[in-house]
Amino acid sequence: MEPEPPANPWLSWSYVQDNSSEILRALGQHTSLTVLAVLIAVLVAVPLAALAHLRPRLAGPLLGTTGVLYTIPSLALFAVVYPLLRDRRSTVLLGLVLYALLLVVRNTLVGLRGVDPDVTDAARGLGYSRARTLFTVELPNALPSVLTGVRLATVSTVALATVGVVIGYGGLGQLMVRGLGSGYRAQIMTATLLCLALALVLDLLLTLLGRALTPWARGR
Amino acid sequence: MDDVSAAVVWLNDPWNWTRGGGILDRTVEHLTMTLVAVLLAALVALPLGVWLGHREQGSTTGRRPRIQAGPAAVLAANVSRALPTFALLTIFATTGVGFGNRPTVLAAAIFALPVILANTYAGVRGVPPDVRDAARGMGMSGLRVLTSVELPLALPLVAAGLRTAAVQVVATIPLAALVGGGGLGTVVVQGFGLQRYGQVIAGGILIAVLCLLLEGVLAVAQRVVTPRPLRGVRVA
Repeated sequence: MEPEPPANPWLSWSYVQDNSSEILRALGQHTSLTVLAVLIAVLVAVPLAALAHLRPRLAGPLLGTTGVLYTIPSLALFAVVYPLLRDRRSTVLLGLVLYALLLVVRNTLVGLRGVDPDVTDAARGLGYSRARTLFTVELPNALPSVLTGVRLATVSTVALATVGVVIGYGGLGQLMVRGLGSGYRAQIMTATLLCLALALVLDLLLTLLGRALTPWARGR
Repeated sequence: MDDVSAAVVWLNDPWNWTRGGGILDRTVEHLTMTLVAVLLAALVALPLGVWLGHREQGSTTGRRPRIQAGPAAVLAANVSRALPTFALLTIFATTGVGFGNRPTVLAAAIFALPVILANTYAGVRGVPPDVRDAARGMGMSGLRVLTSVELPLALPLVAAGLRTAAVQVVATIPLAALVGGGGLGTVVVQGFGLQRYGQVIAGGILIAVLCLLLEGVLAVAQRVVTPRPLRGVRVA
């Protein structure tokens, strides 16, 4: 009698149970990469965008540079950076930060430019300095737009982190590669669904954060 | 720094360019795959976008259809942002699609689709209703209005969509090398396999240059196909 071909389901709970430690490790790696990359990107991008807002001549070059960086594929970037850094985690992190930069810079700048001129005029009329206007009037008003940028950046970072597999540090991407190597579908599908779930959860958390940070916008 | 000089040496070796499976072969393959993927996506997205935009277009008379495609397109774009291309690639590779170039082209096309669709839709839909009514009033047939009024006016946005899609696809194709396919990504992946980091850097540079070149060429092309009176108009 012919032996039955081994089952190769797309979803398998027993796979998840038997490999929970490996899956959790990959998920943890993926999450920490994403969160750290977006955090660094925000810390770099918001001051840059604020600076470009104060000195409009800097806006063109800033958007141009981040745009060029964004055009370079992640695989190419990892390939150039890894041999120089020789550290998997920092290479992937650097790449992810660079890609998140553009989205946050652009949205922050759009938000700052979109602040109602009457509001900034009122601040000036109250005798606010330029810096004080920026910190207490413009940036809070631009917050929704900044947050949109951060959400976009977070979701794309979750997806992009998988490319880290090219240097063996791709979080959930590692599971996909292993599943590909052995032709085991459940591993690939589990990793894919976890990616989507991670993006969804982080997006939700950021939405909640946005609501908490902008109490004035809630009633609308 | 040894790796950087190794990269320079590798790039300056004519053999690496001209041999079978060398840089030139890989570049041609890369661009062919890009073209096929963009064409595949455009084949679906262009007619669909024109139809949806045309259907929902504002007219000074008549009603709009109740179901609007805009939110659906936005949703598709958002989901496609969260789904890793690499995940789709590995899923395809373990199904009947097989390993290599085919799953990559297919995945790249799927991710390019919403980009082209959203821009085409917005372009056709955004044609001012007055212009459309004027064309109708001149006695143009529906088809004529579409081809000689709506499409030319939508062209800048459509071209922008195709350009964005092409640049995105050319940047996605390197992933083919991870599932046993071709394209310039193979230079990088082979280099990692052999631990020849000079070759890895060289491959990275080649891919980056190809993407930036394509972006530049397409930016010029987009300007050329935009009707002169519309050139000053900013598109996203």
